[in-house]
Amino acid sequence: MATRFNNAGRVYVWEIPVRLTHWVNVACIIVLSFTGYYIGNPYVQVSHREAYGPFFMGNMRFIHLLFAYVFIASLLIRVYWAIFAGNQWASWRALIPFATPEGRGKLSQAFRYYFFLRREPPTVLGHNALAGFTYAVIIFLYFTQTLTGFALHAQVNPGGFWWTLTGWVFRIVDNQSVRLAHHMIMWLLIAFAIHHVYSAFLVDVEEANGLVSSIFSGWKFIVPESKEELPPTASEQGGE
Amino acid sequence: MPTEIGGLKSALIRRGMARRDFLKFCAAMTAVLALPSRYVPRVAAALEGAARPPLLWLEYQDCAGNTESVLRASKPTVAELVLDVLSLDYHETVMAAAGHQAEKSLMDTVEAYKGQYLVVVEGSIPTKDGGIYCTVGGRTALDLVQEIGGNAAAIIAAGTCAAYGGIPAAAPNPTGAVGVKDLVNGVPVINLPGCPMNVQNLTAVVVHYRTVGAWPATDQRGRPMFAYGSRIHDDCERRAHFDAGQFVEDWGDHGHRKGWCLYKMGCKGPETFHNCPIVRWNDGTSWPIGAGHGCVGCSEPNFWDTMSPFYERLPNVPGFGVEATADKVGLGIVAGVTGVFALHGVASAIRAKAQPVNRSKVEVEEE
Repeated sequence: MATRFNNAGRVYVWEIPVRLTHWVNVACIIVLSFTGYYIGNPYVQVSHREAYGPFFMGNMRFIHLLFAYVFIASLLIRVYWAIFAGNQWASWRALIPFATPEGRGKLSQAFRYYFFLRREPPTVLGHNALAGFTYAVIIFLYFTQTLTGFALHAQVNPGGFWWTLTGWVFRIVDNQSVRLAHHMIMWLLIAFAIHHVYSAFLVDVEEANGLVSSIFSGWKFIVPESKEELPPTASEQGGE
Repeated sequence: MPTEIGGLKSALIRRGMARRDFLKFCAAMTAVLALPSRYVPRVAAALEGAARPPLLWLEYQDCAGNTESVLRASKPTVAELVLDVLSLDYHETVMAAAGHQAEKSLMDTVEAYKGQYLVVVEGSIPTKDGGIYCTVGGRTALDLVQEIGGNAAAIIAAGTCAAYGGIPAAAPNPTGAVGVKDLVNGVPVINLPGCPMNVQNLTAVVVHYRTVGAWPATDQRGRPMFAYGSRIHDDCERRAHFDAGQFVEDWGDHGHRKGWCLYKMGCKGPETFHNCPIVRWNDGTSWPIGAGHGCVGCSEPNFWDTMSPFYERLPNVPGFGVEATADKVGLGIVAGVTGVFALHGVASAIRAKAQPVNRSKVEVEEE
């Protein structure tokens, strides 16, 4: 993909599908956490009328399931983009920085920066190496969450579509452990979200590269001393 | 006990049972098996005509609860007679014979009806230390179930212990207890888990076998689909309260008195596949959730270990002690992460003040 930038050091890093799936995931995680927590621990008191009146749990489960489908669609789009279509910063390779010696060096840089052992922030255009590896863990949690969620949903209709896809889960793990995993991953994702927002602000301030706004606009800013320090353009990379 | 040739008809006449009751029973069984109503005459014909296959009832590591379930009928029912026309040649709890005499009659049946008799196993079978933790007449249960079960037409594993090991197999499983399916190969094993199993389902399996000549369709755990094909939660009479969001919060509170959903009291109906809400217990009078207590998931594998705590929605988090619920641990993780990053933010701010980043020397993509 073409690397677009201009003389002000502005680089188009996050393409539309990357930004779109990011914000869809944010919305899904918020909605799924609230509805999911209610389903696990229904803390809302409803009317004491006859049961045909209120339908609160029913609606919560409907919204939860609806957003589960939106979430899985978003995941599939992002996976497609990471493997087949996206630019170099959207690629799945960012998830495994430890696979290359260069990546391991960057991982160590980022690690030392966060632990106050190095002053300069690890300035990169895409994800920093530590963030990339964190996203690998998060993606694993996303897929575990989707799998356990649909496995639990499948129990409504044994032998149905989702049961055929996910019934094997219960041959490996018992029912209650699947529920516990589904519940705990919600807390892990909330903890991740806190870390994620904090780190985004920190790096935005320290690198002064417009990181926070880049997930809205797609553009990041770098402060080049000369044009040579900018990443190579598409033509320089041999048309990749 | 000699094995007579003769149908249910003569037994009914002998017991003074009205034919109307018999046909009502056939209709009920057809319904339990989820067969269309045109099967009622076929069920009746099959039950009236067939010869009596011998039935051996073997008890190992059990509490005789499944036997209780079979004997519990408040009046002589047709179901009892159907099981009766199976010639019950051996049943430790109810047979009159005892000692070597009884064991000899058992082995005589195994010899004479090889491949034709039915076996009901009740209780788990210990395998540790050569199976010495359960012996009958000097032989281990392990040995007996392999010989007697291995030569049967089919085995019905009655109750959770016989199906999956049940309570004797609960952690730490000192006797190495397992269910029948883990020990016998080449013979169909029908699992009827439940603590105890519902006798209606046992009768229905026998009726199915005698009507159709085949065993009912089973799921991945060897359970008949007609009885274990849907969750208790999805057939529950309190389901409307679940969907409404009306939950019992405390034993004896307003919701409990009004029969609201027991989900928050730890009911494992959403985890348990069984037809309890439809068939019920005690001649169809009641069943656990109907009586105001949550389901404990007794018909699921390893229920004693995995469904507990019985009065909580989720199991405790392993490695965090008994009182650590999922939400306490989860909130702890979130609070910990927030605290760590708050400190990190303060430290970063101090560092930025003391040693600002040199903006002109920012490295870009070290290549």
